[in-house]
Amino acid sequence: MHELGITQNIVAIVIEHAQGAKVQRVVLEIGKLSAILADAIQFCFDICTRNTVLAGAILEIIEIPGLAKCRQCGAEVYLDKPFGICKCGSVQLDLITGEELKIKEIEIEEVCV
Amino acid sequence: MCVTCGCSDDTEGKIINMETGEVEHNQYHHTHTLADGTVITHTHSHEPHTEASQIHAKIHGTTISLEQDILAKNNLIAAQNRGWFKGRNVLALNLMSSPGAGKTTLLTRTINDLKHQLPINVIEGDQETANDAQKIKETGCQVVQINTGTGCHLDASMIDRGLQQLNPPLNSVVMIENVGNLVCPALFDLGEQAKVVILSVTEGEDKPIKYPHIFRASQIMILTKIDLLPYVQFDVQKCIEYAQQVNPQIQIFQVSATTGTGLDNWYKWLSQKVTSFDRLVSA
Repeated sequence: MHELGITQNIVAIVIEHAQGAKVQRVVLEIGKLSAILADAIQFCFDICTRNTVLAGAILEIIEIPGLAKCRQCGAEVYLDKPFGICKCGSVQLDLITGEELKIKEIEIEEVCV
Repeated sequence: MCVTCGCSDDTEGKIINMETGEVEHNQYHHTHTLADGTVITHTHSHEPHTEASQIHAKIHGTTISLEQDILAKNNLIAAQNRGWFKGRNVLALNLMSSPGAGKTTLLTRTINDLKHQLPINVIEGDQETANDAQKIKETGCQVVQINTGTGCHLDASMIDRGLQQLNPPLNSVVMIENVGNLVCPALFDLGEQAKVVILSVTEGEDKPIKYPHIFRASQIMILTKIDLLPYVQFDVQKCIEYAQQVNPQIQIFQVSATTGTGLDNWYKWLSQKVTSFDRLVSA
């Protein structure tokens, strides 16, 4: 359950950037091949954000599909696991997308004075 | 709540005139000074958003674009560890497997066999107990036990702390025995030169395609307990095909740490790695 530790990291990074402001929304980008379960992050998020400026914040997760380029023929291959086979028969695939794990943006509440 | 600017909803500032019945919604006048000195005054209401509130959202910077890698902190410490190893000419390997694949047996045998050629020290990771560290200590090498408690993998900062304790000598090898787990250790860079995945013939031959991340992240796969092949159903050829399907570059050794079969190839790779690393550093 590495998602718990990763969610704690996410919360710590967001707290640092929010500088005391209340956080309303957190947008993550998680690649489909990153070995991170979006559902597990969602589950841990509610627990990890308790009693922090993130309490009650909406978590949005953008799933980035897995895409690789074949070294043999140069074709682009969509993957749902971190390996696969190209139409040309080659398994020499270089991943282009799908391994992302980042906080894309956060939305904080500003009190207007 | 307003999603554009994040102000709280309009029920708070609603004023009702009891004489006329007129309802006045939350309205604020704002003055903002932009970075270039421009002063903008606008009315902020929670009527459907107008251009003014768009400006408002922009000024208040309510959306912060981070694009921050969640593992960046771990990766930074891993990079520091890598520099630490390089500076001392220490070859560090990250040994990963499921529990019971035979990491500790392989490790103790390797240390004993290479004792007089290669100084090997160990960072041992387990959730609980110092049992494995004790077994390794009996070989006479230095060992530091890291207990992760609930943690399912070692991370770079644990290795950083472990290294302070271990203080390996110059020109030596540090074997990091990760927590027995085929999932999480693949994600965490420790600053090692190579990841080595260990699979035993008592597990399924389809492990590489079941747990592809770890096999993809590893340079080496060591298939252990091959002395048990006559007693178990395990298709070695199929296992190798699966591993190469996931990672065409993976190098595979078939060994038995009990009988010693195949260990020479592993030792040769290890010695070559130390020598090439040596050259790399002195170059």
